[in-house]
Amino acid sequence: MTVFSFLFYLFAALAVVSALGMVMNLRNTVAAALSLVVTMISLAAIYVLMEAHLVAAIQIMVYAGAIVVLFLFVVMLLNLRQDTFAPGRQWLVKSAGALAGLLVGAQLVRLLSSPLPELPVLPEGFGGYRMLGISLYTDYVLLVEMASLLLLAAIVGALILAKRKID
Amino acid sequence: MVPLEHVIGLSAILFTIGVIGVATRRNLIIVLMSIELMLNAVNLAFVGFNRLHPENLDGQIFVLMVIAVAASEVAVGLGIMISMFRNRDSVDLEEVSLLKW
Amino acid sequence: MPIEELIKTAVILGVVVLALAPVITWIERKQSAVMQDRIGANRADIAGITVLGLLHPLADVIKLFAKEDFVPQGANRVMHTIAPLIAAMPAIVSYGVIPFGGVYYFGDYRLSLAVADPDWGILYIFAIASIATYGTVLGGWSSNNNWSLLGAMRASAQMISYEVTMGLSLVGIFMVFQTLSLVTMGLEQDTTMRVFGFVERLLGFPVPAFLDWVRIPAWGIFYQPLGFVMFLACIMAENKRPPFDLPEAESELIAGFFMEYSGMRFGLFYMSEFIQVVVIAGLMTALFLGGWAIPYLDTDTIIGGVGSFFGTGFATGLCILLHFGTFMVKVVMMIWLQMALRWTLPRFRYDQVMDLCWKIILPLSIANILVTGAVMLMVRS
Repeated sequence: MTVFSFLFYLFAALAVVSALGMVMNLRNTVAAALSLVVTMISLAAIYVLMEAHLVAAIQIMVYAGAIVVLFLFVVMLLNLRQDTFAPGRQWLVKSAGALAGLLVGAQLVRLLSSPLPELPVLPEGFGGYRMLGISLYTDYVLLVEMASLLLLAAIVGALILAKRKID
Repeated sequence: MVPLEHVIGLSAILFTIGVIGVATRRNLIIVLMSIELMLNAVNLAFVGFNRLHPENLDGQIFVLMVIAVAASEVAVGLGIMISMFRNRDSVDLEEVSLLKW
Repeated sequence: MPIEELIKTAVILGVVVLALAPVITWIERKQSAVMQDRIGANRADIAGITVLGLLHPLADVIKLFAKEDFVPQGANRVMHTIAPLIAAMPAIVSYGVIPFGGVYYFGDYRLSLAVADPDWGILYIFAIASIATYGTVLGGWSSNNNWSLLGAMRASAQMISYEVTMGLSLVGIFMVFQTLSLVTMGLEQDTTMRVFGFVERLLGFPVPAFLDWVRIPAWGIFYQPLGFVMFLACIMAENKRPPFDLPEAESELIAGFFMEYSGMRFGLFYMSEFIQVVVIAGLMTALFLGGWAIPYLDTDTIIGGVGSFFGTGFATGLCILLHFGTFMVKVVMMIWLQMALRWTLPRFRYDQVMDLCWKIILPLSIANILVTGAVMLMVRS
């Protein structure tokens, strides 16, 4: 088992365990947010293993460093306490989990038994900021502009929603 | 290197965990975080498939767009949550059932 | 086994973190004392010998180790314990990409005095700085204390706002040096540039000979003076250095987010702030002040000049020492600047901090990008 495979399985296990920790956490909302951060950082590590360096850096900078901080901010602001499942919902959770586990297991068995083709050799500078930058600003410049419009709409929307009274 | 089907399998597992979170939790924050988890799983699948076809960087560019969409959705979702909390002093999804038949 | 990286990491941890950070607490006390026309702390002694107060950091460390380590009642024990670790980690880990010297060749062997040189070195610093927010937020929230929570929320808003402008104010430098890696930027700043070179492009005729010899070192601060000022402001705000230290407002919130910490956990928060001072100084030096480059004396000149007398190996070794020394001199200058800024400017109010970020620095940095792009199009075709 090479170093790469070992690192990948380590970070994959970490991601799954912390994702489960986030979803199954009933007592502490802040701990759930921190588990989400661990998931995102381990996913960023997997991106680095797959030679997607800029995406990994942006994942940590934007996702783990800003979005989840926003979640934490709101949790602290609203002082959210613990959570319970609605009465009578326990069986729903357990059966949903079991069914999902069965389906995913079946899909995984089917997936792992028919291997995808060999990983090709990467061109020079794959996943680096130069190739991504050139591609973003020449082929996909319209996408960048649309993303900026979307972010503007989100800023205005969040401002209006969180304002107290508009007199 | 790691065979790609393991990466896609991990993406499927994470996506399923996210769906379970959205479908069964009562706390709106956990639901929003599970949506983020689903978006992350999809990002992982994109990056994995781009590794398989490295002629162009379309997968990673789309990942950047997904991150932008996730950021804007989180902003608006948290705004909704704050106004919901101001109106009824809790973020419990069981109580938001006026339109339920 | 990457022996070379291990040695470099050990040297950095030993010299910079363990030895330099306590000295900086002494610099802070002494410099503030000199600036405020008083003597400062000079009573700590060993057998009656006070060394100008240099034993005070040692006394501080002994005191912090000896204090009781408690978790406040009703606080979350696990988070209260890991918050200082999450706060200290980004400060120490940032040293991985800062180049303490250039790239040297001993025959076939390439030695670079930075621990790691990824292609995207600066993005690593930004990513790690984003994680630093969690230490502050967790420390304030897990203390079960209203005022700590207030400090933590102010801190998180300030830190995530200034991350954005930190990146944007550096885009000018990325455009000028055409790279994101700090080692390559150091190598590019090792030369001099002609001051009147742009005249050729603009006016069309070659520069007269008597003006052609006017050269200044090709440092980032000469290319991007506005970027230097903005980045200094942003990274000081990001690391909650005074005058942006509202989260720790010493006269308002007692100690803000680390109020309920004592003993070595407080020591970790406190030390991480001073380690960040060195990181800020190292970053500013590597990006704007030419890093390890001696002005007007580039590596080839030194190795060629000394090497013809004493041999290339000795010349390269001497070059390593000179460059490391130059880097440390510039870092000390930047540390002095941060300390001077701390004790000169009064603390900003919270709305002034947010206004500065979103209303002043953000438009200025975008204008900086525009002007840099226009000038680059005109000068370098």
